[in-house]
Amino acid sequence: MAVKALSEYNFPAADTQDKFHGNQLLYVGWDDHLMFCAPFAYCLPPSTPFSELVEKHLPHSFGPHPDWAKVDVARIVWLKSGKPFVPDFNKTLAEQGLRHKDVLRMQTPGLNGNGTCS
Amino acid sequence: MSTVFIAFQTNEDTRPIVESILADNPHAVLDEQPAMVKINAEGQLVIKRESIEERIGRSFDLQELQINLITLSGNIDEDDDQFTLAWKN
Amino acid sequence: MDMKANKKKLGLKEKYAHMTRGLDWETTYQPMDKVFPQATFEGIKIHDWEKWEDPFRLTMDAYWKYQAEKERKLYAVLDAFAQNNGHLGITDARYLNAVKLFLTGISPLEYVAHRGFAAAGRNFPGVGPRVACLMQSIDEIRHAQTQIHALSNYNKFYEGFHAGAAHQIERIWYLSVPKSFFDDAFSAGPFEWMIAIGFSFEYVLTNLLFVPFMSGAAYNGDMATVTFGFSAQSDEARHMTLGLECIKFMLEQDPDNLPIVQKWIDKWAWRGIRVLTLVGMMMDYMLPKRVMSWKEAWEIYFEQNGGALFNDLAKYGIKVPDCITQCTVDKEHISHQAWCTFYQYAHASAFHTWLPNAEEMDWLSAKYPNTFDKYYRPRYEQWREMADKGERFYNNTLPMLCQVCQIPMVFTEPDDPTKICYRESDYQGEKYHTCSDGCKHIFDDEPEKYIQAWLPVHQIYMGNCWPEGTDPTAEGFDPMAKVLEWYHIENGKDNLDYEGSGDQANFAAWRGAATQNT
Repeated sequence: MAVKALSEYNFPAADTQDKFHGNQLLYVGWDDHLMFCAPFAYCLPPSTPFSELVEKHLPHSFGPHPDWAKVDVARIVWLKSGKPFVPDFNKTLAEQGLRHKDVLRMQTPGLNGNGTCS
Repeated sequence: MSTVFIAFQTNEDTRPIVESILADNPHAVLDEQPAMVKINAEGQLVIKRESIEERIGRSFDLQELQINLITLSGNIDEDDDQFTLAWKN
Repeated sequence: MDMKANKKKLGLKEKYAHMTRGLDWETTYQPMDKVFPQATFEGIKIHDWEKWEDPFRLTMDAYWKYQAEKERKLYAVLDAFAQNNGHLGITDARYLNAVKLFLTGISPLEYVAHRGFAAAGRNFPGVGPRVACLMQSIDEIRHAQTQIHALSNYNKFYEGFHAGAAHQIERIWYLSVPKSFFDDAFSAGPFEWMIAIGFSFEYVLTNLLFVPFMSGAAYNGDMATVTFGFSAQSDEARHMTLGLECIKFMLEQDPDNLPIVQKWIDKWAWRGIRVLTLVGMMMDYMLPKRVMSWKEAWEIYFEQNGGALFNDLAKYGIKVPDCITQCTVDKEHISHQAWCTFYQYAHASAFHTWLPNAEEMDWLSAKYPNTFDKYYRPRYEQWREMADKGERFYNNTLPMLCQVCQIPMVFTEPDDPTKICYRESDYQGEKYHTCSDGCKHIFDDEPEKYIQAWLPVHQIYMGNCWPEGTDPTAEGFDPMAKVLEWYHIENGKDNLDYEGSGDQANFAAWRGAATQNT
């Protein structure tokens, strides 16, 4: 269905990548760790290596959780838009096809806030 | 049968109104909450001008109800003599 | 002996007929469809506007008379409140954080409602609804004004009231939720506005907002809020009746209107319920003395009362909104999910938060036997432990937001409260994320509209949320400090924990001074 309007209804999207000063948005959530109420939104250059995301940005956000210290990053199970995704840590976000506003989910089997999912 | 309700502020203006409603609608149930009095009734609730006038000793316009009204539920039918709330199903 | 002249007064029905009919005319030098350009484009067919009936049969003269009476009552109480240090009569200054949320999140909506009903009144070709919309438009601006006026008394003593109702609604992340809700309705046509605000919000949901809130204010000794609340609420019964009348009128006028009206009911019930997440949190967490839980209020006002309403509308072919199944699950979760969100983003909020104490957690367990102990108590206990170690948890990264309701993606899957609910859509090569099937459905139905959403997190990343003249390349630039400055949140005063706040210290000191002579 299209919007019913008095005249032609055609307006630009508010959040296209060109508005982020050379960066792209990437969302990352950590399953079974609801102490973080929602997935995070990162604004990063497409040239960011995946290893930098995992070693710098994610620890900054998820570090306060006691489970984070126990995470073996090499064994994280990743989902992209809900489907299995195998990242190459040496490639950049752009090189492995992560596009503006893509969403990643991390699963860390065995780690779930001591069974509380908090 | 569905429940209709009407709620008023708890004050001296509404005390005789609530008394009238309870007298005229034996099936109605009173629910007193902080600062508010709610009257629930199965199906229908009737508010009669004459009953209120008997209690307050002056003439009463049913539209005065609006001053202290908080909320209501049901289809309204209002004329000079009575104000009715009903779900017709 | 004088003859007593018996001047017969008009009956209510006659008076209403005389004062709401025959007041307009057929235009001659412009065609009617140019005068009322918004009357048909939404697809709603109206054949006879004369069939419109206001069950209250309120005419303008009676309206002015009763509204004046309400104002006199209100201002008598406000004067007494100001003269007698009414602010010290509340249960605890912690309570005022609910009032801050009301002032910044709800009062501005009253103002938009004023504009929206003025526009709807202008655009309906029928006189009956025009008169009713005019009254509601005046009511709504009265609500905005009396709320701001009443709460200005608190601004003399407490933090977080200084930005009032006008500034923050355009800026703060969580206030974009109610703002975008009303923008969505106001940018639709007049009939959709009436279903969105007049019916779904006023009839189905307003009881959940005002009745428990005002009763809660009374229970917590807040005379100022109770008084404006009840003064406003006395108008709401009329608004609810207008919403119900409007929907019946549309459905009776033409059978083709049914699918359009049903679609709007489905959409606006869900949109409204998402906004009310904030109210759920207020009831369960922010009132020191609680009247009833969010779940109980939901059961009384939505399930029972809404059920009666939809039974009544069934004769027109209207069905209960699709979202009801999801809502039945959500009623046991959303208030907790919302409070957890504000607790961890308290540094970016214009009010204080706190962890529920042991007695409050027991109350929550009793009210939410299926969910609280299992899913939420462990979270609060973990945060308590962290706070006791001096590591009070503040989330340091911006959250992902829903494209439609604009709430952070905090809601969980309908069948699994341990998993965040992710939904996404592709439109014109761009990804859009939503928090639920309800919001995704709304997005997919009118993507052209929602791709324009002003999402606070994205706007911060674009650099649009700093004071004018900010140089983000300057040495030591702190983006979040600049965002707070732009929000008009005074860091360390308006935000963070209630424990240790200026409000807490002042309230204790003033109350002490009120009962002692030293």
